Amino acid sequence: MSEMLKITDLKVNYGMIQAIKGISFYVNEGEIVALIGANGAGKTTTLHTITGLVPAKSGSIEFEGKELTKIPAHKIVSMGMSHVPEGRRIFQELTVYDNLLMGAFTRKDKNELRDSIKTVYKHFPRLEERKNQIAGTLSGGEQQMLAMGRALMSKPRILLLDEPSMGLSPLYVSEIFHIIEEISKMGTTVLLVEQNAKKALSIANRAYVLETGNIALEGDAKELMQNDSVKKAYLGE
Amino acid sequence: MQMLISTIIDGLNLGSVYALVALGYSMVYGIAKMLNFAHGDVIMVGIYAIFVCLQMSSLPVWITAIVCVAVCALLGFTVEKLAYKPLRDSTPLSVLITAIGVSYLLQNVALLIFKSDRKFLQKFIDLGSVSIGDIEIPKISFVIWGTTLVIMIGLDIFIKNTKMGRAMLAVSEDKGAAQLMGVNVNSTISLTFVIGSALAGVAAILYAAKYKNVDPYTGSVFGIKAFAAAVFGGIGSIPGALIGGFTLGLIEALTIGFLPDTLTAASDGVAYALLIIMLILKPSGLLGKKKIEKV
Repeated sequence: MSEMLKITDLKVNYGMIQAIKGISFYVNEGEIVALIGANGAGKTTTLHTITGLVPAKSGSIEFEGKELTKIPAHKIVSMGMSHVPEGRRIFQELTVYDNLLMGAFTRKDKNELRDSIKTVYKHFPRLEERKNQIAGTLSGGEQQMLAMGRALMSKPRILLLDEPSMGLSPLYVSEIFHIIEEISKMGTTVLLVEQNAKKALSIANRAYVLETGNIALEGDAKELMQNDSVKKAYLGE
Repeated sequence: MQMLISTIIDGLNLGSVYALVALGYSMVYGIAKMLNFAHGDVIMVGIYAIFVCLQMSSLPVWITAIVCVAVCALLGFTVEKLAYKPLRDSTPLSVLITAIGVSYLLQNVALLIFKSDRKFLQKFIDLGSVSIGDIEIPKISFVIWGTTLVIMIGLDIFIKNTKMGRAMLAVSEDKGAAQLMGVNVNSTISLTFVIGSALAGVAAILYAAKYKNVDPYTGSVFGIKAFAAAVFGGIGSIPGALIGGFTLGLIEALTIGFLPDTLTAASDGVAYALLIIMLILKPSGLLGKKKIEKV
Protein backbone atom coordinates (compact mmCIF):
# COMPACT_ATOMS: atom_id res chain seq x y z
CA MET A 1 0.00 0.00 0.00
CA SER A 2 1.21 3.44 -0.85
CA GLU A 3 0.35 6.84 0.53
CA MET A 4 -2.18 8.32 -1.83
CA LEU A 5 -2.92 11.48 0.09
CA LYS A 6 -0.37 12.97 2.43
CA ILE A 7 -0.95 16.07 4.52
CA THR A 8 2.08 17.56 6.23
CA ASP A 9 2.04 20.26 8.90
CA LEU A 10 -1.04 21.93 7.44
CA LYS A 11 -2.06 25.27 8.91
CA VAL A 12 -5.23 27.14 7.95
CA ASN A 13 -6.48 30.52 9.11
CA TYR A 14 -9.99 31.89 9.05
CA GLY A 15 -9.42 35.60 9.33
CA MET A 16 -7.52 36.07 12.58
CA ILE A 17 -8.40 32.66 13.92
CA GLN A 18 -6.12 29.72 13.40
CA ALA A 19 -8.54 26.92 12.57
CA ILE A 20 -5.99 24.22 11.74
CA LYS A 21 -2.81 24.39 13.77
CA GLY A 22 -0.39 22.17 11.90
CA ILE A 23 -1.82 18.73 11.29
CA SER A 24 -0.24 15.79 9.48
CA PHE A 25 -1.97 12.65 8.31
CA TYR A 26 -2.07 10.29 5.37
CA VAL A 27 -4.47 8.05 3.50
CA ASN A 28 -3.25 4.87 1.83
CA GLU A 29 -4.66 3.66 -1.43
CA GLY A 30 -7.73 1.48 -0.83
CA GLU A 31 -8.27 2.55 2.77
CA ILE A 32 -11.21 4.10 4.52
CA VAL A 33 -9.76 6.71 6.86
CA ALA A 34 -12.03 8.49 9.30
CA LEU A 35 -11.48 11.99 10.66
CA ILE A 36 -13.59 12.33 13.79
CA GLY A 37 -14.03 15.06 16.34
CA ALA A 38 -16.48 17.50 17.85
CA ASN A 39 -18.16 20.43 16.18
CA GLY A 40 -15.61 23.12 15.37
CA ALA A 41 -12.60 20.84 15.62
CA GLY A 42 -11.60 21.69 12.04
CA LYS A 43 -12.78 18.62 10.17
CA THR A 44 -14.68 20.45 7.46
CA THR A 45 -11.98 23.09 7.15
CA THR A 46 -9.46 20.33 6.54
CA LEU A 47 -11.49 18.90 3.66
CA HIS A 48 -12.15 22.36 2.22
CA THR A 49 -8.44 23.07 2.25
CA ILE A 50 -7.62 19.78 0.52
CA THR A 51 -9.95 20.56 -2.38
CA GLY A 52 -8.94 24.20 -2.56
CA LEU A 53 -12.13 25.91 -1.38
CA VAL A 54 -10.14 27.41 1.49
CA PRO A 55 -6.49 28.43 1.06
CA ALA A 56 -3.82 26.80 3.22
CA LYS A 57 -1.62 29.13 5.21
CA SER A 58 1.31 26.75 5.20
CA GLY A 59 2.14 23.09 4.96
CA SER A 60 1.64 20.69 2.12
CA ILE A 61 -1.11 18.53 0.65
CA GLU A 62 0.24 15.88 -1.65
CA PHE A 63 -2.07 13.77 -3.78
CA GLU A 64 -0.47 10.97 -5.80
CA GLY A 65 2.80 12.87 -5.62
CA LYS A 66 1.32 16.20 -6.77
CA GLU A 67 1.17 19.26 -4.54
CA LEU A 68 -2.39 20.56 -4.30
CA THR A 69 -2.06 23.73 -2.23
CA LYS A 70 -1.40 25.96 -5.24
CA ILE A 71 -3.97 24.34 -7.54
CA PRO A 72 -7.32 26.14 -7.95
CA ALA A 73 -10.39 24.32 -6.65
CA HIS A 74 -11.96 23.70 -10.05
CA LYS A 75 -8.92 21.75 -11.25
CA ILE A 76 -8.88 19.25 -8.38
CA VAL A 77 -11.75 17.04 -9.52
CA SER A 78 -10.13 16.13 -12.83
CA MET A 79 -7.05 14.97 -10.91
CA GLY A 80 -9.11 12.12 -9.45
CA MET A 81 -10.37 13.58 -6.20
CA SER A 82 -14.04 14.16 -5.48
CA HIS A 83 -15.49 15.97 -2.49
CA VAL A 84 -19.02 15.52 -1.11
CA PRO A 85 -19.36 18.70 0.94
CA GLU A 86 -21.05 19.12 4.27
CA GLY A 87 -24.76 19.80 3.91
CA ARG A 88 -24.67 17.93 0.56
CA ARG A 89 -24.92 21.12 -1.52
CA ILE A 90 -26.64 19.51 -4.45
CA PHE A 91 -27.99 21.88 -7.09
CA GLN A 92 -31.52 22.26 -5.76
CA GLU A 93 -33.02 23.73 -8.90
CA LEU A 94 -31.62 21.17 -11.34
CA THR A 95 -33.06 17.73 -11.93
CA VAL A 96 -31.47 14.66 -10.38
CA TYR A 97 -30.14 13.71 -13.80
CA ASP A 98 -28.66 17.17 -14.44
CA ASN A 99 -27.01 17.06 -11.03
CA LEU A 100 -25.33 13.82 -12.04
CA LEU A 101 -24.24 15.39 -15.32
CA MET A 102 -22.70 18.27 -13.34
CA GLY A 103 -20.70 15.68 -11.45
CA ALA A 104 -19.19 14.60 -14.76
CA PHE A 105 -18.55 18.19 -15.85
CA THR A 106 -14.87 17.63 -16.63
CA ARG A 107 -15.41 14.40 -18.55
CA LYS A 108 -15.91 14.33 -22.29
CA ASP A 109 -16.53 10.73 -23.42
CA LYS A 110 -20.31 10.27 -23.79
CA ASN A 111 -20.19 6.46 -23.68
CA GLU A 112 -18.14 6.37 -20.50
CA LEU A 113 -20.57 8.86 -19.05
CA ARG A 114 -23.48 6.55 -19.71
CA ASP A 115 -21.61 3.74 -17.95
CA SER A 116 -20.95 5.96 -14.95
CA ILE A 117 -24.59 6.90 -14.68
CA LYS A 118 -25.47 3.21 -14.75
CA THR A 119 -22.97 2.50 -11.98
CA VAL A 120 -24.41 5.31 -9.87
CA TYR A 121 -27.94 4.02 -10.43
CA LYS A 122 -26.76 0.59 -9.33
CA HIS A 123 -25.48 2.01 -6.02
CA PHE A 124 -28.53 4.24 -5.64
CA PRO A 125 -31.58 2.74 -7.40
CA ARG A 126 -33.74 5.48 -5.93
CA LEU A 127 -31.91 8.10 -7.99
CA GLU A 128 -32.93 6.33 -11.17
CA GLU A 129 -36.56 6.31 -10.07
CA ARG A 130 -36.35 10.03 -9.47
CA LYS A 131 -34.04 11.08 -12.25
CA ASN A 132 -36.37 13.72 -13.71
CA GLN A 133 -37.34 15.17 -10.36
CA ILE A 134 -36.08 18.58 -9.25
CA ALA A 135 -33.34 17.81 -6.73
CA GLY A 136 -34.64 20.25 -4.13
CA THR A 137 -37.75 18.13 -3.70
CA LEU A 138 -35.82 15.03 -2.59
CA SER A 139 -35.76 13.91 1.02
CA GLY A 140 -32.61 14.48 3.06
CA GLY A 141 -31.43 10.91 2.62
CA GLU A 142 -32.06 10.99 -1.10
CA GLN A 143 -30.19 14.28 -1.36
CA GLN A 144 -27.21 12.67 0.37
CA MET A 145 -27.38 9.81 -2.12
CA LEU A 146 -27.49 12.32 -4.96
CA ALA A 147 -24.51 14.21 -3.56
CA MET A 148 -22.53 10.96 -3.37
CA GLY A 149 -23.72 9.80 -6.79
CA ARG A 150 -22.77 13.17 -8.25
CA ALA A 151 -19.30 12.88 -6.74
CA LEU A 152 -18.87 9.37 -8.18
CA MET A 153 -19.68 10.66 -11.67
CA SER A 154 -16.13 12.01 -11.99
CA LYS A 155 -14.76 8.49 -11.40
CA PRO A 156 -12.62 9.59 -8.46
CA ARG A 157 -9.75 7.52 -7.10
CA ILE A 158 -10.35 9.15 -3.73
CA LEU A 159 -13.66 10.29 -2.31
CA LEU A 160 -13.83 12.87 0.48
CA LEU A 161 -17.07 12.61 2.44
CA ASP A 162 -18.10 15.35 4.86
CA GLU A 163 -20.70 14.32 7.45
CA PRO A 164 -22.70 12.01 5.19
CA SER A 165 -24.93 10.98 8.11
CA MET A 166 -25.83 14.50 9.21
CA GLY A 167 -29.56 15.00 9.73
CA LEU A 168 -30.55 11.55 8.48
CA SER A 169 -32.80 8.97 10.08
CA PRO A 170 -31.03 5.91 11.56
CA LEU A 171 -32.27 3.79 8.67
CA TYR A 172 -30.74 6.11 6.10
CA VAL A 173 -27.53 6.34 8.11
CA SER A 174 -27.09 2.58 7.96
CA GLU A 175 -27.85 2.56 4.25
CA ILE A 176 -25.39 5.36 3.51
CA PHE A 177 -22.62 3.68 5.50
CA HIS A 178 -23.32 0.41 3.77
CA ILE A 179 -22.92 2.16 0.41
CA ILE A 180 -19.66 3.78 1.54
CA GLU A 181 -18.30 0.31 2.24
CA GLU A 182 -19.50 -0.85 -1.16
CA ILE A 183 -17.81 2.09 -2.90
CA SER A 184 -14.64 1.29 -1.00
CA LYS A 185 -14.77 -2.37 -2.03
CA MET A 186 -15.01 -1.33 -5.66
CA GLY A 187 -11.60 0.29 -5.31
CA THR A 188 -12.23 3.91 -4.35
CA THR A 189 -10.20 5.25 -1.44
CA VAL A 190 -12.31 7.11 1.14
CA LEU A 191 -11.53 9.92 3.55
CA LEU A 192 -14.53 10.21 5.84
CA VAL A 193 -15.31 13.10 8.15
CA GLU A 194 -17.95 12.27 10.75
CA GLN A 195 -19.45 13.34 14.02
CA ASN A 196 -21.06 9.95 14.27
CA ALA A 197 -17.82 8.43 15.55
CA LYS A 198 -19.26 5.03 16.27
CA LYS A 199 -20.48 4.48 12.73
CA ALA A 200 -17.34 5.96 11.22
CA LEU A 201 -14.98 3.81 13.29
CA SER A 202 -17.01 0.72 12.50
CA ILE A 203 -16.25 0.91 8.79
CA ALA A 204 -12.86 2.67 8.81
CA ASN A 205 -9.42 1.05 8.67
CA ARG A 206 -7.71 3.88 10.50
CA ALA A 207 -8.84 7.08 12.15
CA TYR A 208 -7.63 10.44 13.41
CA VAL A 209 -9.25 12.35 16.26
CA LEU A 210 -9.23 16.10 15.66
CA GLU A 211 -9.51 18.47 18.61
CA THR A 212 -9.53 22.27 18.12
CA GLY A 213 -7.25 22.24 15.13
CA ASN A 214 -4.84 19.56 16.31
CA ILE A 215 -4.70 15.81 15.92
CA ALA A 216 -5.18 14.44 19.42
CA LEU A 217 -5.18 10.75 18.66
CA GLU A 218 -4.58 8.46 15.75
CA GLY A 219 -4.51 4.77 15.03
CA ASP A 220 -6.28 1.64 13.97
CA ALA A 221 -10.04 2.23 13.98
CA LYS A 222 -10.81 -0.91 16.00
CA GLU A 223 -8.24 0.04 18.63
CA LEU A 224 -9.53 3.61 18.88
CA MET A 225 -12.97 2.21 19.55
CA GLN A 226 -11.55 0.61 22.69
CA ASN A 227 -9.63 3.71 23.73
CA ASP A 228 -11.03 5.09 26.99
CA SER A 229 -10.88 8.79 26.16
CA VAL A 230 -12.45 8.17 22.74
CA LYS A 231 -15.17 6.12 24.38
CA LYS A 232 -15.89 8.87 26.85
CA ALA A 233 -15.73 11.85 24.50
CA TYR A 234 -17.13 10.50 21.25
CA LEU A 235 -18.89 7.21 21.75
CA GLY A 236 -20.97 8.25 24.71
CA GLU A 237 -20.07 5.25 26.80
CA MET B 1 -59.62 52.09 -30.94
CA GLN B 2 -57.01 52.80 -33.56
CA MET B 3 -55.20 54.91 -31.02
CA LEU B 4 -55.33 52.14 -28.46
CA ILE B 5 -53.90 49.55 -30.84
CA SER B 6 -51.08 51.74 -32.00
CA THR B 7 -50.31 52.59 -28.38
CA ILE B 8 -50.17 48.90 -27.57
CA ILE B 9 -47.84 48.33 -30.51
CA ASP B 10 -45.63 51.11 -29.17
CA GLY B 11 -45.73 49.47 -25.77
CA LEU B 12 -44.73 46.10 -27.16
CA ASN B 13 -41.82 47.69 -29.02
CA LEU B 14 -40.61 49.43 -25.92
CA GLY B 15 -41.30 46.32 -23.83
CA SER B 16 -39.22 44.10 -26.10
CA VAL B 17 -36.19 46.29 -25.68
CA TYR B 18 -36.78 46.57 -21.94
CA ALA B 19 -37.04 42.79 -21.78
CA LEU B 20 -33.68 42.29 -23.50
CA VAL B 21 -31.99 44.75 -21.17
CA ALA B 22 -33.75 43.34 -18.11
CA LEU B 23 -32.49 39.94 -19.15
CA GLY B 24 -28.92 41.21 -19.07
CA TYR B 25 -29.42 42.59 -15.56
CA SER B 26 -31.07 39.38 -14.45
CA MET B 27 -28.43 37.01 -15.81
CA VAL B 28 -25.55 38.91 -14.32
CA TYR B 29 -27.37 39.25 -11.01
CA GLY B 30 -28.28 35.57 -10.97
CA ILE B 31 -24.77 34.37 -11.60
CA ALA B 32 -22.39 37.00 -10.31
CA LYS B 33 -24.79 38.18 -7.55
CA MET B 34 -24.13 41.79 -8.44
CA LEU B 35 -26.19 44.62 -9.90
CA ASN B 36 -24.31 45.84 -12.92
CA PHE B 37 -25.52 49.42 -13.00
CA ALA B 38 -23.31 50.09 -16.00
CA HIS B 39 -25.40 47.69 -18.05
CA GLY B 40 -27.60 50.46 -19.48
CA ASP B 41 -24.56 52.48 -20.50
CA VAL B 42 -23.32 49.55 -22.55
CA ILE B 43 -26.41 50.10 -24.72
CA MET B 44 -25.52 53.75 -25.10
CA VAL B 45 -22.02 52.79 -26.25
CA GLY B 46 -23.60 50.34 -28.69
CA ILE B 47 -25.82 53.02 -30.21
CA TYR B 48 -22.83 55.33 -30.60
CA ALA B 49 -21.03 52.46 -32.33
CA ILE B 50 -23.92 52.36 -34.80
CA PHE B 51 -23.72 56.14 -35.15
CA VAL B 52 -20.02 55.91 -36.00
CA CYS B 53 -20.67 53.15 -38.53
CA LEU B 54 -23.34 55.30 -40.18
CA GLN B 55 -20.85 58.19 -40.44
CA MET B 56 -18.49 55.89 -42.29
CA SER B 57 -20.87 55.96 -45.24
CA SER B 58 -21.93 52.81 -46.94
CA LEU B 59 -21.44 49.94 -44.53
CA PRO B 60 -24.20 47.36 -44.95
CA VAL B 61 -26.67 47.18 -42.08
CA TRP B 62 -25.64 43.69 -41.01
CA ILE B 63 -22.01 44.74 -40.57
CA THR B 64 -23.14 47.70 -38.49
CA ALA B 65 -25.23 45.33 -36.38
CA ILE B 66 -22.33 42.92 -35.87
CA VAL B 67 -20.01 45.80 -34.97
CA CYS B 68 -22.53 47.03 -32.41
CA VAL B 69 -22.94 43.63 -30.72
CA ALA B 70 -19.18 42.99 -30.82
CA VAL B 71 -18.38 46.39 -29.29
CA CYS B 72 -20.88 45.77 -26.49
CA ALA B 73 -19.69 42.23 -25.78
CA LEU B 74 -16.08 43.37 -25.72
CA LEU B 75 -16.94 46.29 -23.47
CA GLY B 76 -18.77 43.97 -21.07
CA PHE B 77 -15.84 41.58 -21.00
CA THR B 78 -13.34 44.39 -20.40
CA VAL B 79 -15.36 46.10 -17.68
CA GLU B 80 -15.82 42.79 -15.88
CA LYS B 81 -12.12 41.99 -16.09
CA LEU B 82 -10.83 45.40 -15.04
CA ALA B 83 -13.46 46.63 -12.62
CA TYR B 84 -15.42 43.73 -11.14
CA LYS B 85 -13.14 40.70 -11.15
CA PRO B 86 -10.60 42.21 -8.73
CA LEU B 87 -13.49 42.72 -6.30
CA ARG B 88 -14.80 39.17 -6.47
CA ASP B 89 -14.24 38.50 -2.79
CA SER B 90 -15.15 41.90 -1.42
CA THR B 91 -18.47 43.12 -0.08
CA PRO B 92 -21.46 43.54 -2.43
CA LEU B 93 -21.53 47.24 -1.58
CA SER B 94 -18.08 47.94 -3.03
CA VAL B 95 -19.00 46.13 -6.23
CA LEU B 96 -22.23 48.10 -6.47
CA ILE B 97 -20.43 51.40 -6.03
CA THR B 98 -17.83 50.35 -8.59
CA ALA B 99 -20.63 49.59 -11.05
CA ILE B 100 -22.07 53.06 -10.52
CA GLY B 101 -18.58 54.44 -11.08
CA VAL B 102 -18.22 52.52 -14.34
CA SER B 103 -21.61 53.88 -15.40
CA TYR B 104 -20.47 57.48 -14.89
CA LEU B 105 -17.15 56.73 -16.53
CA LEU B 106 -18.83 55.48 -19.71
CA GLN B 107 -21.22 58.45 -19.77
CA ASN B 108 -18.41 60.92 -19.39
CA VAL B 109 -16.21 59.30 -21.99
CA ALA B 110 -19.18 59.49 -24.37
CA LEU B 111 -19.66 63.14 -23.40
CA LEU B 112 -16.01 63.81 -24.14
CA ILE B 113 -16.05 62.16 -27.55
CA PHE B 114 -19.55 62.92 -28.83
CA LYS B 115 -20.48 66.04 -26.82
CA SER B 116 -23.78 66.43 -25.05
CA ASP B 117 -26.05 67.13 -28.00
CA ARG B 118 -28.39 64.42 -29.16
CA LYS B 119 -27.23 62.57 -32.26
CA PHE B 120 -29.71 61.26 -34.78
CA LEU B 121 -29.51 58.06 -36.76
CA GLN B 122 -32.12 58.68 -39.46
CA LYS B 123 -30.32 56.51 -41.95
CA PHE B 124 -30.36 53.38 -39.75
CA ILE B 125 -32.83 50.73 -40.93
CA ASP B 126 -35.96 52.20 -42.47
CA LEU B 127 -38.39 49.50 -43.46
CA GLY B 128 -41.55 51.53 -43.82
CA SER B 129 -44.81 50.12 -42.55
CA VAL B 130 -47.68 47.82 -43.38
CA SER B 131 -51.36 48.67 -43.08
CA ILE B 132 -53.81 46.25 -41.59
CA GLY B 133 -57.21 47.85 -42.01
CA ASP B 134 -56.89 51.34 -40.59
CA ILE B 135 -53.91 50.51 -38.51
CA GLU B 136 -50.42 51.18 -39.67
CA ILE B 137 -47.74 49.00 -38.16
CA PRO B 138 -44.12 49.90 -38.74
CA LYS B 139 -42.33 46.85 -40.13
CA ILE B 140 -39.50 47.32 -37.69
CA SER B 141 -41.93 46.31 -34.93
CA PHE B 142 -42.04 42.78 -36.29
CA VAL B 143 -38.25 42.67 -36.35
CA ILE B 144 -38.14 43.85 -32.75
CA TRP B 145 -40.69 41.31 -31.49
CA GLY B 146 -39.19 38.47 -33.50
CA THR B 147 -35.66 39.19 -32.34
CA THR B 148 -36.68 39.40 -28.70
CA LEU B 149 -38.65 36.17 -28.86
CA VAL B 150 -35.90 34.26 -30.69
CA ILE B 151 -33.29 35.45 -28.21
CA MET B 152 -35.40 34.55 -25.18
CA ILE B 153 -36.14 31.07 -26.46
CA GLY B 154 -32.57 30.53 -27.64
CA LEU B 155 -31.17 31.58 -24.30
CA ASP B 156 -33.57 29.34 -22.43
CA ILE B 157 -32.52 26.36 -24.56
CA PHE B 158 -28.85 27.24 -24.14
CA ILE B 159 -29.10 27.42 -20.37
CA LYS B 160 -31.16 24.27 -19.88
CA ASN B 161 -29.56 22.00 -22.44
CA THR B 162 -25.89 22.78 -22.78
CA LYS B 163 -23.01 22.01 -20.51
CA MET B 164 -22.04 25.69 -20.23
CA GLY B 165 -25.65 26.59 -19.47
CA ARG B 166 -25.87 24.03 -16.71
CA ALA B 167 -22.57 25.33 -15.35
CA MET B 168 -24.08 28.82 -15.23
CA LEU B 169 -27.07 27.54 -13.28
CA ALA B 170 -24.76 25.65 -10.94
CA VAL B 171 -22.64 28.74 -10.31
CA SER B 172 -25.73 30.84 -9.67
CA GLU B 173 -26.84 28.39 -7.03
CA ASP B 174 -23.62 27.46 -5.25
CA LYS B 175 -20.22 28.70 -6.38
CA GLY B 176 -18.30 26.37 -4.07
CA ALA B 177 -20.16 23.24 -5.11
CA ALA B 178 -19.79 24.26 -8.76
CA GLN B 179 -16.03 24.50 -8.26
CA LEU B 180 -15.99 21.03 -6.77
CA MET B 181 -17.58 19.82 -10.01
CA GLY B 182 -14.70 21.36 -11.94
CA VAL B 183 -16.48 24.51 -13.08
CA ASN B 184 -14.21 27.52 -13.47
CA VAL B 185 -16.33 30.11 -11.69
CA ASN B 186 -14.35 33.10 -12.93
CA SER B 187 -14.66 32.21 -16.59
CA THR B 188 -18.34 31.35 -16.14
CA ILE B 189 -18.93 34.82 -14.71
CA SER B 190 -16.96 36.40 -17.57
CA LEU B 191 -19.04 34.45 -20.07
CA THR B 192 -22.21 35.69 -18.40
CA PHE B 193 -21.03 39.28 -18.75
CA VAL B 194 -20.22 38.73 -22.41
CA ILE B 195 -23.65 37.23 -23.11
CA GLY B 196 -25.43 39.93 -21.08
CA SER B 197 -23.53 42.68 -22.87
CA ALA B 198 -24.15 41.12 -26.27
CA LEU B 199 -27.86 41.25 -25.39
CA ALA B 200 -27.37 44.92 -24.59
CA GLY B 201 -25.85 45.21 -28.06
CA VAL B 202 -28.95 43.68 -29.63
CA ALA B 203 -31.08 46.03 -27.54
CA ALA B 204 -28.97 48.93 -28.85
CA ILE B 205 -29.69 47.90 -32.45
CA LEU B 206 -33.42 47.66 -31.82
CA TYR B 207 -33.45 50.93 -29.89
CA ALA B 208 -31.53 52.71 -32.65
CA ALA B 209 -33.77 51.26 -35.35
CA LYS B 210 -36.90 52.37 -33.54
CA TYR B 211 -36.02 55.61 -31.79
CA LYS B 212 -33.11 56.78 -33.94
CA ASN B 213 -31.40 59.01 -31.43
CA VAL B 214 -28.78 58.87 -28.72
CA ASP B 215 -27.11 61.06 -26.13
CA PRO B 216 -24.69 60.11 -23.36
CA TYR B 217 -27.53 59.52 -20.89
CA THR B 218 -29.79 57.45 -23.13
CA GLY B 219 -28.48 54.21 -21.69
CA SER B 220 -28.57 55.00 -18.01
CA VAL B 221 -32.17 56.23 -17.98
CA PHE B 222 -33.29 53.32 -20.11
CA GLY B 223 -31.17 50.91 -18.08
CA ILE B 224 -32.60 51.90 -14.73
CA LYS B 225 -36.10 51.39 -16.05
CA ALA B 226 -35.14 48.00 -17.45
CA PHE B 227 -33.70 47.20 -14.03
CA ALA B 228 -37.07 48.06 -12.52
CA ALA B 229 -38.61 45.68 -15.06
CA ALA B 230 -36.17 42.94 -14.04
CA VAL B 231 -37.03 43.36 -10.36
CA PHE B 232 -40.73 43.52 -11.18
CA GLY B 233 -40.59 40.21 -13.04
CA GLY B 234 -38.31 38.60 -10.49
CA ILE B 235 -34.60 39.21 -10.88
CA GLY B 236 -32.71 36.10 -11.93
CA SER B 237 -35.62 34.72 -13.92
CA ILE B 238 -35.67 34.72 -17.74
CA PRO B 239 -39.46 34.62 -18.19
CA GLY B 240 -39.61 37.18 -15.38
CA ALA B 241 -37.47 39.57 -17.44
CA LEU B 242 -39.78 39.05 -20.40
CA ILE B 243 -42.95 39.69 -18.41
CA GLY B 244 -41.42 42.60 -16.50
CA GLY B 245 -40.17 44.20 -19.71
CA PHE B 246 -43.48 43.94 -21.54
CA THR B 247 -45.52 45.09 -18.54
CA LEU B 248 -43.37 48.14 -18.11
CA GLY B 249 -43.32 48.92 -21.84
CA LEU B 250 -47.11 48.68 -22.12
CA ILE B 251 -47.81 50.72 -19.03
CA GLU B 252 -45.37 53.40 -20.09
CA ALA B 253 -46.83 53.60 -23.61
CA LEU B 254 -50.38 53.77 -22.24
CA THR B 255 -49.43 56.55 -19.83
CA ILE B 256 -47.86 58.56 -22.62
CA GLY B 257 -50.74 57.83 -24.97
CA PHE B 258 -53.69 58.52 -22.74
CA LEU B 259 -52.70 60.88 -19.96
CA PRO B 260 -53.06 64.60 -20.63
CA ASP B 261 -49.93 66.08 -22.19
CA THR B 262 -48.94 67.88 -19.03
CA LEU B 263 -48.61 64.55 -17.28
CA THR B 264 -46.70 62.56 -19.91
CA ALA B 265 -43.47 63.75 -18.39
CA ALA B 266 -44.49 61.57 -15.45
CA SER B 267 -44.26 58.42 -17.56
CA ASP B 268 -40.76 57.76 -16.25
CA GLY B 269 -42.16 57.81 -12.76
CA VAL B 270 -44.51 54.98 -13.63
CA ALA B 271 -41.62 52.53 -13.83
CA TYR B 272 -40.49 53.41 -10.35
CA ALA B 273 -44.00 53.44 -8.93
CA LEU B 274 -44.44 49.95 -10.34
CA LEU B 275 -41.16 48.88 -8.78
CA ILE B 276 -42.15 50.24 -5.38
CA ILE B 277 -45.56 48.57 -5.45
CA MET B 278 -44.01 45.24 -6.37
CA LEU B 279 -41.36 45.55 -3.67
CA ILE B 280 -44.08 46.11 -1.10
CA LEU B 281 -46.37 43.32 -2.29
CA LYS B 282 -43.86 40.66 -3.33
CA PRO B 283 -40.22 41.60 -2.78
CA SER B 284 -38.93 38.68 -4.83
CA GLY B 285 -40.82 39.87 -7.92
CA LEU B 286 -43.54 38.25 -9.96
CA LEU B 287 -41.67 35.06 -10.81
CA GLY B 288 -38.79 35.41 -8.39
CA LYS B 289 -37.92 32.63 -6.03
CA LYS B 290 -37.90 33.24 -2.37
CA LYS B 291 -34.40 32.46 -1.29
CA ILE B 292 -33.87 30.98 2.09
CA GLU B 293 -30.50 32.05 3.34
CA LYS B 294 -28.67 28.98 4.48
CA VAL B 295 -26.11 29.08 7.22
